Order: sequence, then C-alpha cells, then structure tokens
Amino acid sequence: MMATLTKALKPILGMQFGNTAKVFGAAVNSQRGKPTYPPPAKYGGRHTVTLIPGDGIGPELLNHVRELFRFSCVPVDFEVVHVNSASTSEDDINNAIMAIRRNGVALKGNVETNHTMPPNHKSRNNLLRTSLDLYANMMHCQSLPGVQTRHKNIDIIIIRENTEGEYSSLEHESVSGVVESLKIITRNNSLRIADYAFRLARDKGRRRVTAVHKANIMKLGDGLFLQCCKEVASGYPDIEFDSMIVDNTTMQLVSKPHQFDVMVMPNLYGNVVSNVCAGLVGGPGLVPGANYGRDYAVFETATRNTGKSIANRNIANPTAMLLASCLMLDHLKLHDYANMIRGAILTTMNETRLHTVDIGGQGTTSEVVQSIMRIIQSGGPLTTEI
Amino acid sequence: QLDAFVVLASGEISYSSQQCSNFMTIYTIIQTVTLIPGDGIGPEISTAVMKIFEAAKAPIQWEERNVTAIKGPGGRWMIPPEAKESMNKNKIGLKGPLKTPIAAGHPSMNLLLRKTFDLYANVRPCVSIEGYKTPYTDVDLVTIRENTEGEYSGIEHLIVDGVVQSIKLITEEASRRIAKYAFEYARNNQRTSVTAVHKANIMRMSDGLFLRKCREVAENYKDVKFTEMYLDTVCLNMVQDPSHFDILVMPNLYGDILSDLCAGLIGGLGVTPSGNIGANGVAIFESVHGTAPDIAGKDLANPTALLLSAVMMLRHMGLHGHAKKIETACFDTIRDEKVLTKDLGGNAKCSEFTADICRRVQDMD
Repeated sequence: MMATLTKALKPILGMQFGNTAKVFGAAVNSQRGKPTYPPPAKYGGRHTVTLIPGDGIGPELLNHVRELFRFSCVPVDFEVVHVNSASTSEDDINNAIMAIRRNGVALKGNVETNHTMPPNHKSRNNLLRTSLDLYANMMHCQSLPGVQTRHKNIDIIIIRENTEGEYSSLEHESVSGVVESLKIITRNNSLRIADYAFRLARDKGRRRVTAVHKANIMKLGDGLFLQCCKEVASGYPDIEFDSMIVDNTTMQLVSKPHQFDVMVMPNLYGNVVSNVCAGLVGGPGLVPGANYGRDYAVFETATRNTGKSIANRNIANPTAMLLASCLMLDHLKLHDYANMIRGAILTTMNETRLHTVDIGGQGTTSEVVQSIMRIIQSGGPLTTEI
Repeated sequence: QLDAFVVLASGEISYSSQQCSNFMTIYTIIQTVTLIPGDGIGPEISTAVMKIFEAAKAPIQWEERNVTAIKGPGGRWMIPPEAKESMNKNKIGLKGPLKTPIAAGHPSMNLLLRKTFDLYANVRPCVSIEGYKTPYTDVDLVTIRENTEGEYSGIEHLIVDGVVQSIKLITEEASRRIAKYAFEYARNNQRTSVTAVHKANIMRMSDGLFLRKCREVAENYKDVKFTEMYLDTVCLNMVQDPSHFDILVMPNLYGDILSDLCAGLIGGLGVTPSGNIGANGVAIFESVHGTAPDIAGKDLANPTALLLSAVMMLRHMGLHGHAKKIETACFDTIRDEKVLTKDLGGNAKCSEFTADICRRVQDMD
C-alpha cells in the first residue's frame, strides 16, 4: 500500500520539490538516477567505507585515521582494499573500484605510478577516477591558524574537471620520433563541471566564479570550455563570473591571491593551480581534497603526493588526511563527529610545538594524533580507552 | 680622439680605432643590433635603453626596424623583408612590446617572428630584485621553455558536435634541441643543475619521449647535475621555497605557466627579461609585458624589463663587463628607492629614472 501511494505521488512531488522528499517516512526520488543520501551500506547505524592504503605515507596516515575513528567511536567501518602499484594486472584496481561501487564512499592514499613502464600501464588513480566518473575534484584552500606562510587569510575553492582534458591517456606515435597526445574537451563534461561549480558557490554563499583557461591559444578546446561556463553562468545571475588565462592566474596567485573566490578549470590547469594554492597555504600536508561523482565520492589529500621519501619515518603531516576524513564524515551526514575532529585538529595546529617538519616544526605524526585524541577526550565522554 | 672609422662592405661590423696616450691603438668592434621598438610604450623604453647604452659606452650600434605584418606574394602574412634581412644579417635583436590587433586577419606578431626565425627556446632568468619587495626574496632560477611545438601546435579538431580534441605534439628533434640548449646554457653561465619538468605519469608517451631525450643529452654533460620532477611537485615547491631551483627545462605549456609563475615571484612582467633563441644563431631579446596604451607617450613607462633583456643580450654576445655595469646601475637605482617609476612604487618619470641609471653608469668609469 505504501509502495503504490509513494508511486502515485511521485510525479506531483517531483514537480514541487525537485530533489528528494520524505513522504510518510519513505524517501521519494523525483529524478531518475539521483543518488539517495546517505549512501547505501548503512546497516545497524554504521557506515562501511572503502579504504585504499596506497603507497608511501598513505598506509601510515590511514592507520592513524582508523585509530582516531575507533577512539572517537565514529560509526564507520573500513573495508580495506590493497592496490599493488608494481603489478601489471588490473585486477587490484578493479577490485577496489568494485568495492567503491558497493560502498559508495572511499578514503584513499595515492597509488604510485611508475612512469618508466609502457603506456598501456595506466595510472591507477586515473583509472579509478574515470571508471567511477568522479567528474569533480574539489579543493578548499584555507589558511590554517598557527601556520606561518607568506600570504595570510587565503580562502579559495578550486574545482577541477577530473576525467577528461589532458588526462585522457590517448597517445600514439604516428611517425617514428613524433608523438601525439590528445586533449579531449566535451560539451557535456564542461557543462557538468561548470554547473557543479556554480551550485557549490551558491550553496556556500560565494560571490564569484573564475574560469581558468588558455582559449587564446587552444581556441576550440578551451574555447568550448569557456563557452560552456558562460552558458551556465547565465543561469546563476546572483553569482559573478569572470575568466582568466592560466599563466596570468599563476602570476596573480603568487602576488595577489586574495582576489580569487571560486575557480573552475579543466584537468591540467587544475593540477597546476591546486598545487600552487596548496603551496601558498603551507604545503601538501595541510589541504584535503574530495572527488565527487554522481553516485560515488572518494576522499584523499588534495595534492595526491605519495611521499615516498618520508614514508614510515613518523614525520609525515597527518592533517591533510584527517581533514579529508572529516570531509568524508560530512558527506555521510555525520556532522557532529566531523566538527568534533576538525575542531581538535585546528586546536592542535595552533600549537607550534606540535608542527611537523613540513611546516617548520619538529613534531612527529604520532604526537600530533595523540594531541588530537586528547582534545577530543577532554571534549566529552564519548570515547574509548586510548 | 677618433683616428679612423672603417665600414665593411657588408655593413655588418664596424671598427673604430682610438689613439691612446701611450701611443697604443685600441680597436673596438661595434656590433649592429636590430632594434624593434614596438607599439605603445615601446618607443619610449627603447629610447631609454639606447640612452643608457650610450652612457655605458657599450659597443652597440642600433638598426631600427618595423615589423608590422604585410601580405606577401603568396597571400601569406609575413614580416617586412627589410626587417627579415636585418635580423638575418645582424643575428641579434632587441624587441619592445608588440600589440596584437584583434580583427586584423593576421596571426599574432610574436607567432610570426617565432615561425620566421625558428625561435625554439624561450629563456627567462628570474632573479629577485633588491629594493622591489615581493614575498619571495631568494629567487635565482632560469626557465627554458620549448617554444615551437607541444600543446601550442594549434592543431585542433571538432570530432563530433560537442567533442573537441587538441593535439599536443612532441618530437625527438625539438626535445633534443631544447635539452642541448639548456645544458649549454648551464655550462656557459656557470649554473649547477638542470631539472626537466614533466608529467610522464599521465602523458606517458609524449612527456616520456621528452624525458628520454633530456636524459640522453645529460649523458654528454656530466658536469651539470640533471634531475627530473613532476610539474605539480615543481609548482608546490616553487611557491614554498624557490631557492631550490636552478635551471628548469620543459615543453611549451608547462613552460608558459611556470615562466609566468616565476615572473610573478620576482615582481611581474614589468621587471622580467626574456630571450628567444633561434636556429642559425639568431637571438631576439624582448620585454614580455604589454604595450600599455593608457600610459604611452606620457613618459611614465618603466624601462626595466627591456633594459634587463638588453643586459641578457650583452651577456649572450660575450660583453660581460658592460652587462654587469648596466645591470648593477639599474639594481642600485631600484634599491635606492629615490627615483622609481609609478609601477615600482615611486612617482618619477621614465626620463628621470633613465637619467639616474645613466649617471650611475658614468660614475662607475
């Protein structure tokens, strides 16, 4: 009876509410394909999240995340899937992709790509992003209190197209000694990423979106991207839209970074700009990143470093990975836990004594994590033994 | 006093001999350089540079040429034949900013010059200027960018409606040429390391080819240290600590972005020199800022960029003494902060700034 009632009400509610609506306790999907929140795999009040340790500092940082979650009684269970970067078969990465399809959400470290291997051995991280169609990479660069940087009070959101552009991995050697690499820009993906950028800007109360491009040289490719952004911008008259050429953008970022609010761009420029911004706020150890698709979300550090040289030495900065796990908790609608952990991290940041090597201190990873746990414990009774 | 003045038939090099007090005759080779003043503020900053060179008694003779595009016999746009002849004869050129008219029908002037003289390497030394404060104080690096192919090949297709492909072209020949130039530059300028910037984890074949060629060339230059670094790592580290970098060599797009990033670190395009090296020994040095039509003709322009490019030119020609003299005078003026143009934070006129540098140069003798 309930099922037929909800089915009958579907078209009416669809027109009125647009996204999802709760009718007599049941959730109704108005548009085909809109994901139901929270993601599936929620049994007994606990979520299951795929965890991909990766290489370098990934495993140790993700261990700290698990430790912290267990200590704080966060209702998340991790399904660990290992991806061996040295093996040539794609079974590992396919298992990981299947696990993410199953759980809907993942937290990952970077899987190293050996670039001396032949071209048919694709980057594992790239494969993951394209198979799951994680089309938007979002990075929120904020100056953290207590960290010494040349520029203060930076607050920039960078939205980067994550699946096409220069990362299409379509290359061929047409004549011996001449290699062509294809950069693909499609209208659909450009519209999609621009729409994501404007919706995010509106949701977060941001006032301006800047498109970064090189359309004066790549007239058709980046020209199409820019045109799509302009089209989407016309549908959001409350948000200002402007554009800037990528080389000028990097120059402005190092001299006057406060002029930027939200930035949207194709894949490669996103790589450059996000790394520049991460450097401006204090380095790769401080900024979390999120990859959103229509149905899945994968969280990681923003600059995706493997950190081989500092692996297993207890000197890596856990902040980026911990903040990424907070983003994941927000995605799972576990806002209280997210805010609790985030608050503890920011309080720890203020203590210069606990800064790790990359931000100019002498502290170790475990000291930082211990401090965060102590702050969480002093905040309330909801913790287990250390 | 001037004893004799000989002009060779080719008009290329002229000698002047001077009778000294102890009866020795000193011969100075005066080299002719093609000067392209450019548009907007171009003419005034070119005049400034000429004045300073005169004050420094640099053995340079200027041959002014115009490069407004004209339509050649085949209907193709080309630069005027007098300009082309002059460049091919003199081999060295100094260029001011050129305006790119929007609907003139011809490609950008810089592109034309690049194609005409096969200017394959764009060299930008970025050194922090004392007295012009930026958040970055210890920058001393050189970006060498491949300037003919890569992502800027201009080959684009509309595959189906809504899908566009741009082709990035990497060839063995061009990669080897730019790598060789980078290592030669390192040797000639006593630099210690060359870093190849790439994204071979994603663009395996194209950047892989570029890297392979760099590695091959590095084998012949064992005295220079060679490293490879991902583009994102370079950007990340550059913004945090630029002192780690020495010479960076890379394909076209990364070079464009990184060279402008480095220019931003030292204070912008108004103080950054730039040189383009071509095949057959041609080299054109230029200022990379715009034509600034709003201040053109008002004696407000800052000639530093063109002056530093001219200094780069002197070094390229082997006139290190004069180069050092002019560069020191320029940096001293900026460091003193008494006579600065508006963009550097002062309110002096271009002529006053130039006069100050000329005075310092003359005082050095």
